[in-house]
Amino acid sequence: MTKPKIAFYWCASCGGCEEAVVDLGEDLLAVAELVEVAFWPVALDFKREDVEALDDGELAAAFINGAVRTSEQEEMARLLRRKAAAVVAFGSCAMHGGVPGLANLHESRDILHLVYHEAPSVQNGEPPTLPARQSRVAEGELTLPEFRASVRTLGQVIDVDYYLPGCPPPAGLIASAVTALAGGRLPGKGAVLAPDVALCSECPRAATKPDNLGVQTFRRPHEVLIDPQLCLLAQGLVCLGPATRAGCAAACPGGNMPCTGCMGPTSGVVDYGAKALSAIASLLDAEDEDEIVARVAEIADPVGTFYRYSLPASLLHRRARATASKGKEEVAP
Amino acid sequence: MFQPKIAAFFCTWCTYTAADLTGISRLEYAPSVRVIRLMCSGRLDPQFVLAAFRHGADGVLVGGCHPGDCHYQQGNHMARRRIELLRAVLRDLGIEDQRLRLEWISASEGEKVQRVCNEMTGELRGLGPLCLDRPQREAAELAGEPR
Repeated sequence: MTKPKIAFYWCASCGGCEEAVVDLGEDLLAVAELVEVAFWPVALDFKREDVEALDDGELAAAFINGAVRTSEQEEMARLLRRKAAAVVAFGSCAMHGGVPGLANLHESRDILHLVYHEAPSVQNGEPPTLPARQSRVAEGELTLPEFRASVRTLGQVIDVDYYLPGCPPPAGLIASAVTALAGGRLPGKGAVLAPDVALCSECPRAATKPDNLGVQTFRRPHEVLIDPQLCLLAQGLVCLGPATRAGCAAACPGGNMPCTGCMGPTSGVVDYGAKALSAIASLLDAEDEDEIVARVAEIADPVGTFYRYSLPASLLHRRARATASKGKEEVAP
Repeated sequence: MFQPKIAAFFCTWCTYTAADLTGISRLEYAPSVRVIRLMCSGRLDPQFVLAAFRHGADGVLVGGCHPGDCHYQQGNHMARRRIELLRAVLRDLGIEDQRLRLEWISASEGEKVQRVCNEMTGELRGLGPLCLDRPQREAAELAGEPR
């Protein structure tokens, strides 16, 4: 019997998810026993044509990491969708948009302008150059992918069967997901391949979490000497554990840093950031109007704090366009 | 003229009862408000506010009992804290402060419901409609090009 074929691909991502696969270490050999890797650009020399040559549905599973920003990423995602029986959104970016998704706070033209005109690294005494989408060279016409207006999650571009959260997904969850899929033990469509409880349940500091937190003041990690045992919320740090899915063995609180929410929400939550900010605001011990305003102002970069990994997946998806001028046009008779 | 849509979340004990009084007293106010009754302003999940914006509301109005009057002791204080933090997030997402309004309106303040609804309608007229992109697959495929 031939081994089931799988593919790995990356879209808008940092490479950390690929690294996480390699981090399986010797378990990777066990995975290689179970499956045949048919496509993995970062590690093996396969080309797009190799994927195109496969029959539709021939891949048992395609693991796609990264958010979707360019037309090329869209094309590859659609191609792999066609060739794979199951698509797994691998990691925070594919699942919720991830850190690249914070680009949805800006317009695409502003991003290109910053990168190609204003960044210190392009100040070299020559006039700034924006790459042309089409250019003619001796060998023929070259085309660059389109830079789309917004960052999208994989699920906003193609149909996704399973989700593997984390930035990057923890090695244990990857190994169990791959072996389950290779062994044909398929969970229900749409399943998140991680525990469905909040991070606090597996946090080593959980026992020190007071019944009533009553946060007096919010502080940032660099402003305090963090007690390595005490619940981080009890120390006034914005730890998103109460709103975040478990499965990482509380790696960040274990490393003396607050949870930033990369595993996303537990099931039933539509908008992670809204739920996380709700949890944090509820802990404030302040009733006086000015006091509440002052405490909330202590949380630097609220969108970056609560939507660090999930802005494209959120209900608002991106920063709203300026509407004032448009409104006036419509009001005018 | 632009007729804004306002999703109004009123607590059943104070503001919802006040809105009833507004009607009984035959006080007219802008037809822009869609009232949703909650047991307490503390029941307001910030997701409700975002879902309202997502589904076409130009503004969200939250009404609860005056501080100290909450039927459940602490609910309105919870709402106050959550809305303050939610507003900080919305500001960075390009949604103006006036689009999310919290008011304490007791059961006897029917005329305050009228005043607040009219005021907010006027402010939203000045701001214009809220334009949000749709992230859905279909929308992206339809557009094809960067918007």
